[in-house]
Amino acid sequence: MSALEIKNRDELFTPEIRAEIDHEIAKYPEGESQSASMAALRIIQDANGGWLTQERMDEVAAYLDLPSIAIYEVATFYSMYEHKPVGRNKLCVCTNISCMINNSDQIVEHLNSKLGIKFGEVTEDGRYSLKEVECLGACGGAPMMQVGHKYYENLTPEKLDSILDELE
Amino acid sequence: MANEVIFKNRDLDNLWDIEQYRSRGGYEVLTKILTEKTPPAEIIDGLKTSGLRGRGGAGFPTGLKWSFINRDAPTDKYLVCNSDEGEPGTFKDRDILRYNPHALVEGMLIASYVIDAHYAYNYIRGEFWEPYERFQNAIDQARAAGFVGKNILGSGFDCELNVHLGGGAYVCGEETALLESIEGKKGQPRYKPPFPAHVGLYGCPTVINNTETLSSVPTILREGAEQFRDIGVENSGGSKLFSISGHVRNPGVFELPMGTPFSELFELAGGMRDGSKLKAVIPGGSSSPVIPGNLMMDLTMDYDTIAKAGSMLGSGAVIVMDESTCMVKILDRMGYFYHEESCGQCTPCREGTGWLYRIVHRIENGQGRPEDIDLLMDVQNRIRGKTICALGDAAAMPVAGMLRYYQDEFQYHIDHKKCMVGAGV
Amino acid sequence: MSEEKTITIEVDGQSLETKSGTLLIDVTDAAGINIPRFCYHNKLSIAASCRMCLVEVAKVPKPIPACATQVMDGMVVQTRSPMAIAAQKATMEFLLINHPLDCPVCDQGGECELQDVAMGYGSDATRFVEGKRVVPENNLGSLIATDMTRCIHCTRCVRFGDEIAGMREMGATGRGEHMTIGTFVARNVNSELSGNVIDLCPVGALTSKPFQYRARAWELTRHTAIAPHDSVGSNIQVHTRRNEVMRVHPESNNAINEIWLSDRDRFSYEGIKSEDRLTQPLIKKDDKWSEVSWEEALEAAASGLKEVAADPEQIGTLVSPTATLEEIALAQKLTVGLGSQNIDYRLRQEDFRGNSTAIPWLGQSIASLESIDSALLIGSNIRKDQPLLAHRMRKAALKGAKIQFVNPLQLDLHFDAAQMVSDPAGMVHNLAAIAEATGGLHYLTEQVDVGEEHKAIAKELKNAESAVILLGNMAQSHPDYTILCGLASVIAKATDSSVGVIPMAANSVGAAVIGVIPDHALNALTMLESPRKGYLLLGVEPGRDTNNPALARSALNNAECVVAVTAYRSPCLEEAANIMLPMSAFSETSGSFVNAEGTWQSFAGTTTSAGESRPGWKVLRVLGNLLDIEGFDYSSSEEILNELKESYCGNLKVTSFGAAKGKIRSAVTGLIRIGETPIYASDALVRRAASLQKTKDARDATVARVNSSVATAAGLSDGDKIAVVQGEGRAKMVLKVDAYIPDGCVWVPAGVPGSESLGDQFGEISLEKV
Ligand SMILES: Cc1cc2nc3c(=O)[nH]c(=O)nc-3n(C[C@H](O)[C@H](O)[C@H](O)COP(=O)(O)O)c2cc1C
Ligand code: SF4
Ligand code: FES
Repeated sequence: MSALEIKNRDELFTPEIRAEIDHEIAKYPEGESQSASMAALRIIQDANGGWLTQERMDEVAAYLDLPSIAIYEVATFYSMYEHKPVGRNKLCVCTNISCMINNSDQIVEHLNSKLGIKFGEVTEDGRYSLKEVECLGACGGAPMMQVGHKYYENLTPEKLDSILDELE
Repeated sequence: MANEVIFKNRDLDNLWDIEQYRSRGGYEVLTKILTEKTPPAEIIDGLKTSGLRGRGGAGFPTGLKWSFINRDAPTDKYLVCNSDEGEPGTFKDRDILRYNPHALVEGMLIASYVIDAHYAYNYIRGEFWEPYERFQNAIDQARAAGFVGKNILGSGFDCELNVHLGGGAYVCGEETALLESIEGKKGQPRYKPPFPAHVGLYGCPTVINNTETLSSVPTILREGAEQFRDIGVENSGGSKLFSISGHVRNPGVFELPMGTPFSELFELAGGMRDGSKLKAVIPGGSSSPVIPGNLMMDLTMDYDTIAKAGSMLGSGAVIVMDESTCMVKILDRMGYFYHEESCGQCTPCREGTGWLYRIVHRIENGQGRPEDIDLLMDVQNRIRGKTICALGDAAAMPVAGMLRYYQDEFQYHIDHKKCMVGAGV
Repeated sequence: MSEEKTITIEVDGQSLETKSGTLLIDVTDAAGINIPRFCYHNKLSIAASCRMCLVEVAKVPKPIPACATQVMDGMVVQTRSPMAIAAQKATMEFLLINHPLDCPVCDQGGECELQDVAMGYGSDATRFVEGKRVVPENNLGSLIATDMTRCIHCTRCVRFGDEIAGMREMGATGRGEHMTIGTFVARNVNSELSGNVIDLCPVGALTSKPFQYRARAWELTRHTAIAPHDSVGSNIQVHTRRNEVMRVHPESNNAINEIWLSDRDRFSYEGIKSEDRLTQPLIKKDDKWSEVSWEEALEAAASGLKEVAADPEQIGTLVSPTATLEEIALAQKLTVGLGSQNIDYRLRQEDFRGNSTAIPWLGQSIASLESIDSALLIGSNIRKDQPLLAHRMRKAALKGAKIQFVNPLQLDLHFDAAQMVSDPAGMVHNLAAIAEATGGLHYLTEQVDVGEEHKAIAKELKNAESAVILLGNMAQSHPDYTILCGLASVIAKATDSSVGVIPMAANSVGAAVIGVIPDHALNALTMLESPRKGYLLLGVEPGRDTNNPALARSALNNAECVVAVTAYRSPCLEEAANIMLPMSAFSETSGSFVNAEGTWQSFAGTTTSAGESRPGWKVLRVLGNLLDIEGFDYSSSEEILNELKESYCGNLKVTSFGAAKGKIRSAVTGLIRIGETPIYASDALVRRAASLQKTKDARDATVARVNSSVATAAGLSDGDKIAVVQGEGRAKMVLKVDAYIPDGCVWVPAGVPGSESLGDQFGEISLEKV
């Protein structure tokens, strides 16, 4: 498929998504649309159930008129891009020092046993996946985790249970 | 507290709302500067007088940094704010974005005016979605009020202000990696020189400052540079946000004058939790060498004092550890972090951080070898001062720090294949 | 500028003069002081990431990289101080901890930069007891073998793709220790310059696939030579072992190929050993070929030609422009000796109306192309036809030169250019319109419409300090070549640009310089249109090397005597010839080529000739002797060359094509063929190079292409099996819909298998579904 054909596919590049990406491109000076590559990947990842495929990355590259490898480089450098399916709720648990000394191990163990999955895995029903993350800048609320856009701080096993119940 | 700058008006319920922010003089300095067309050099002089030093970690004098920009260069200039906040232990910029975003918007606009930048970007780490929304809302409000965009307040000065969200990479906090990231590339630091003031974003002169640094600017200019300077101590002007976490009772962000005794900060954070005893403190984010608790109790929180004690004030991120803490385990976790976060371009960091981590990890897991402590010292030394950016140093320094004060714990792990702390030695 | 100031620095106690702002490593290199390095390469941007070149500079507390440090007056540098050595040793140890150290089985062994530096800086004992990193392989295609576990992340290959090849195909994905160099997904590297990464890679991570495991570096003997595929005349090293060419490397020559080599020049040596090699003289009796002795074959050839030459006008000689100067000169002498002037090398040219004797050369030096600031290329796929000339153009474009094309198809280029695309007749109109826009001169008999885009091109050329107008391969095969030439001259004059031709082959200029341009005799076309009774073919494959294979084959097949001096057998040649005399191939013979800029370059043979084959000049010399023609007593190719040099060297003048006008022949009523000769179909040797034939460029050249409206009008769609029909000829192909082909055109390549029955490269054509 030529770059042009990829660019014109609208299966995923709906008018809304195009508008969203174009809005990002407009934030940068003319001729610097590569700057929008991270945002475009994020938008496409969200629209694609939280992860990226090679095809999706190629589409982003074509849309921004970049060689595919430039997009692969970006998509594999930053840890928030996923290259395997994730759960509807991606539970990102910080295990860095402040959280660690505040018993993040206990949080992780609780999630392991309750959900039956380890880091990097997805529950069979696709509802949750578990990810170990580095310091998320919320050490004052250690131990903590992020799900979607939201931070959950001062976690305890009990608090976790009610959070998990709330997540669809 | 009278000495507060960033958190000055935190008593207001919705300080993030432009009306509230303006009710205490917000945007007045910007308005004054733009309408009076204050000479940029005058503003820079003010900042120099204030003694404001960069709050991102390196502590570079802010006024001096701004003065490096050649306003008359024929190219565009850019202002970039660093809200990547990734140094483990640091969580102060998130609070600024959440509680006082307009101070940052105003600070960024003033800085842009000074260096004649028509595009300003705030690089917010991608995980900070809610703080980002708060900040974006502040931009939108400021734009509606005429402070952002074309011909601001009829002054003829144009400035677009936008957010660039990160994607999860600690190294992007390093200023040149951050620029690469805004350019839509992977965040690999650039070799310096040239410095961003000459060749920065899109190859143009660029100033990069930390969130806290820029957010301090409006208050400094409104209330007077001397007043700010006098809050702090010699060589460390003003007040500073300290993020304190770990085994303290009330972890959180506290704004205190530079030079405040650590014991006071410790006290504000409620002291040790559950009657445990203080063992050690990491005073300036995970890259700063650890200091035993008893030594720390005698230090004040300013650049010179902490440096003299062999560590760094860094981003002012204090991690407090009690006596149950195993230092091998701490270094193991830190080693993992730097190894995972190395960008990978330069040899000593790419290869060395992995090597350091594996040695410590082995020791922690009862597989240490007699020669490992010497090896650790030597490998960290072989990384230091030889990398493109300071991440290599950041990975190496804590190793030397740990071995300086806690070598016996490492030795015990090697000799007994288990932890000294748990063993009740 | 102050940067140009001469300054003095001190390195290891030695005082060195240099210009301020120069890189320290360049200064030390020039002074012969060795600083180890891996990421630095003087043709690439600076990465400063390997940290091998760390040195001590007075007053700087940390060791700093020599590759990224600009010298300043009074700088005091120590490359071997304790601080410098400690830093270098540290880097070396870090580089080796994850390196497999499998030198005994590594193709780079013996010529590995890591191995060399490790000797000086490594320590014997490894302190690294952890498991080494293992990296999965990336299949980069048929030319480059990978062993990425050996990669030291210098990123030279990545930077090469970005900065030189102009195609970002390789990258560094992942981060930290997980960073991997490659294409990330299984994807071949397709640049026509890709093989250069083999030279750039300092370790054995990227090596030559055709050469893999075939020899060790120290077993090879190196010979310098000249590459035979395009008119650049790249300088090469032929590496041989026991009389066999094992590989080809570039030999640096900044004026010509710099340090680069196109893949065609690097990998075509595989064709030397093709099964098609003719190793024994052959004579056809009753349509059967039989092996004969040289005596018998030469006697038969001489008498056959002599018989035909009873009427000298009946002799026609066609020579390949890839033949050496010496071979072509003797073929010419022989033809003249038989009383004929009918000899030509312009086998792919269709329009001889002007029949100008102007020498078709570049009109300037190769290196100067990179400092032009505007260019108009007419009928040229310069990137594929002449990869290293395109590289010079690209450099100019990166510096801001405005490059413009008038072409019968849109090109995939690696630099910014304005492309004006139309059918072949439209090209003539467009060029005429540009001519008119330059000064209102009306050139054609018919009316042309001058549009804004024509004016823009004219303006660019006019405003440029140094502009060049060049006619490429497709122009030279164009039915209105002479009109295009005339228009090019007019535009050049009006815009004060230089004008030239991008010569098609290694020795096109050489052949022209020594006068193989029939003036008042038959040319390559008329020799076939009015068939001769006897032909002498030198290195020609009638079905693949001619503009109109159908015409060529019918003329040759019906002749009384066809003598072919050739390195290869091929079905069309076997059908046409009566006698085949085996000729030495590339690397087996000495000789000379004159390249696009007029540089004469000679080379020696490096291996002995296959079987009974003999250097072409020797074959022709004996034939001359047998025919009793005077002046055929050369004892070496140098003697021939010296004679030629005396008469012809320095014979290049500013090109002027003269005024050629006439009917526009490319205006057809139906579809017209765009008969481009693809990069790996250009000559007999490359057509037989197996690994090149597996590349994307080769595979892409096996289809017919039309745009979607042409496809729809013909009731065809992408992937259909079709027959292209040209006159009596038919070729079965697969149809590809390609937006880059203009209306009214069908791209059907020439020189490829299946094209032997077709007609003119640019002639009327039709499509049928099969
Ligand atoms: C590995 C590394 C990570 C860094 N992370 C941050 C960060 O998260 N936030 C920040 O403001 N500065 C960070 N810095 C410091 C910046 O490079 C830079 O010095 C700072 O943003 C300048 O702003 P300032 O002068 O206002 O402090 C980091 C530096 C390094 C070497
Ligand atoms: S020190 Fe580490 S993070 Fe910094 S440039 Fe080198 S490899 Fe990248
Ligand atoms: S050669 Fe200088 S850092 Fe690699």
